[in-house]
Amino acid sequence: MATHIKDERVAQTSLVTKMLQRPELGALIGALVIFFLFWSVDTTGNFAAVGGTAGWTDIAAPIGIIAVFVALLMIGGEFDLSTGVMVGTSGLLAGILTTEYNLNVWVAILIVFAFAATVGFINGVIVVRTGLPSFIVTLATFFVLRGANLAVTKELTGTVRVANVEDSAGFEGAFNVFASRLEVGTSNFQISILWWIVATVFATWLLTRTQFGNWIFASGGDKVAARNAGVPVNRTKITLFMMSSLASAFVGIMFVLRLQGMQAGQGVGMEFFYIIAAAVGGTLLMGGAGSAIGASIGAAIMGIADIGIPYALWDQDWRWTFIGVILLAAVLTNTFIGNRAKGAKR
Amino acid sequence: MTDMALELKDVGKSFGSVIALSEVSVKVRKGHVTCILGDNGAGKSTLIKTLSGVHKPSSGVYEAEGVPVSFDSPRDALANGIATVYQDLATIPLMSVWRNFFLGNEVTKGWGPLRRLDVKKMKDVAKEQLLEMGIDLRDTGQQIGTLSGGERQAVAIARAIYFGAKVLILDEPTSALGVRQSGIVLKYVLAAKDRGVSVVFITHNPHHAYLVGDFFYLLNRGKLANEFEREKVELDELTKAMAGGAELDALTREIQTVREGQ
Repeated sequence: MATHIKDERVAQTSLVTKMLQRPELGALIGALVIFFLFWSVDTTGNFAAVGGTAGWTDIAAPIGIIAVFVALLMIGGEFDLSTGVMVGTSGLLAGILTTEYNLNVWVAILIVFAFAATVGFINGVIVVRTGLPSFIVTLATFFVLRGANLAVTKELTGTVRVANVEDSAGFEGAFNVFASRLEVGTSNFQISILWWIVATVFATWLLTRTQFGNWIFASGGDKVAARNAGVPVNRTKITLFMMSSLASAFVGIMFVLRLQGMQAGQGVGMEFFYIIAAAVGGTLLMGGAGSAIGASIGAAIMGIADIGIPYALWDQDWRWTFIGVILLAAVLTNTFIGNRAKGAKR
Repeated sequence: MTDMALELKDVGKSFGSVIALSEVSVKVRKGHVTCILGDNGAGKSTLIKTLSGVHKPSSGVYEAEGVPVSFDSPRDALANGIATVYQDLATIPLMSVWRNFFLGNEVTKGWGPLRRLDVKKMKDVAKEQLLEMGIDLRDTGQQIGTLSGGERQAVAIARAIYFGAKVLILDEPTSALGVRQSGIVLKYVLAAKDRGVSVVFITHNPHHAYLVGDFFYLLNRGKLANEFEREKVELDELTKAMAGGAELDALTREIQTVREGQ
């Protein structure tokens, strides 16, 4: 019965098509183009040198650390709008625990991670149990936390910021792990860059080389088919919500240690940067496809623009406009390439 | 040992006041293709869902290999070797063929935090298993959405067999396909039978059923209207019974009267 039939309608795939099927390729080309664009308009001569590189990687790293996990969540078919405010909540919580309750910094960090995992868990459970769009559920979480950040901080400190975290026990050690820097010439490279790379490698490995990764793609691609195949879709999604929340907490801790304090409004509005980084990196907005490396490249583009614009002596506010244009261009290109590479079924 | 893979004895299923199935008896014989035919609303879906473990019968007995069973979920039925391939929910289009093939049954290597997918092994097994079903893919890394509808059904069938299905329930596998693609799927139905799998083939197309079936059950309005054996039935008879037999005769006469009157 083993008669081999070759369907003549399955056309040969060229190497080019194969490369175009990689979701992050478009973002990589885009990042290179943008890099050379800002290099060509650079007025300081520093953009492509050590100073500029230290600058844009410092901006990109905290965005990238969260964006790769937001990308995993989006591939799994859900959104998280509470990531930005979670950075603030985590930093404030760590600050309050150390300055108001005199806890050791490491203990505070553990409590913050437990808290963030709980918030992610609650987000996930509400989404999978009620079937409500995650957009709405996490928007609610966003507003709940935003209010709490201000109200609780004012209640406890009488101001809108937590300060003097550096006086707490364990600060030195935690600072070295989360916020130290490496001096190269006259510039400082933040350790956050190292964590960004670790996050990207870990998320990529998780997504492409583990069973859980397979379940992420399946849950976002078609949850009914995934369930029929025995994939625990709900558990997968809840875990993803916990991961994006934990990544935000990680960045919140990085900031509170580095700044030795935190403003109550920190992080608000950043949630869109993470989603944009993931989308620019080739993650499908309806889920089922994407990459963690792509999200990191998306974050790099934001860092490059953030440094490139003032180096070109343009008004800093143009960066919003720039990111808007990049988002639309990237999603259009990805959709176009994606349809071509998939052979546009139907 | 019994030669029945599955058997429904006087099974009924009602949802509130709606009676979807009433006193239906079906025998699924080992190593044969059993076709369940019926028009829309005849109770085919309820019957499949009962067989695949989605619904429990309201009355009657469901036996697997001669033993009464009561499945709580499709996974439960799957653990007993009863696999269902749904017409459009079988595969995930944006995922590669090998990822789809092993979805939910991934092969891993290493342990602890280093437990990872054994990609090479899964690609090799998928390619080999599909080849045995007669599907020759150059690269199992291609997205399954790039395959034709018939081939996707075939991958789903090959997957079910590889993971130990003794009974394969196919829910209208040809209803969304063209003639040629339907032919491909029907060939895989026979390939599955050749490998000793008992097949339950649900369809509203008597032509497709007649090409592969050994036994035929006809459902109409939730009841078993007729049953046939391959040796004792002609396609015409099956088609006619399927179309409603006496009802069709009456309809033919009615339409003729109308046309003659014009």
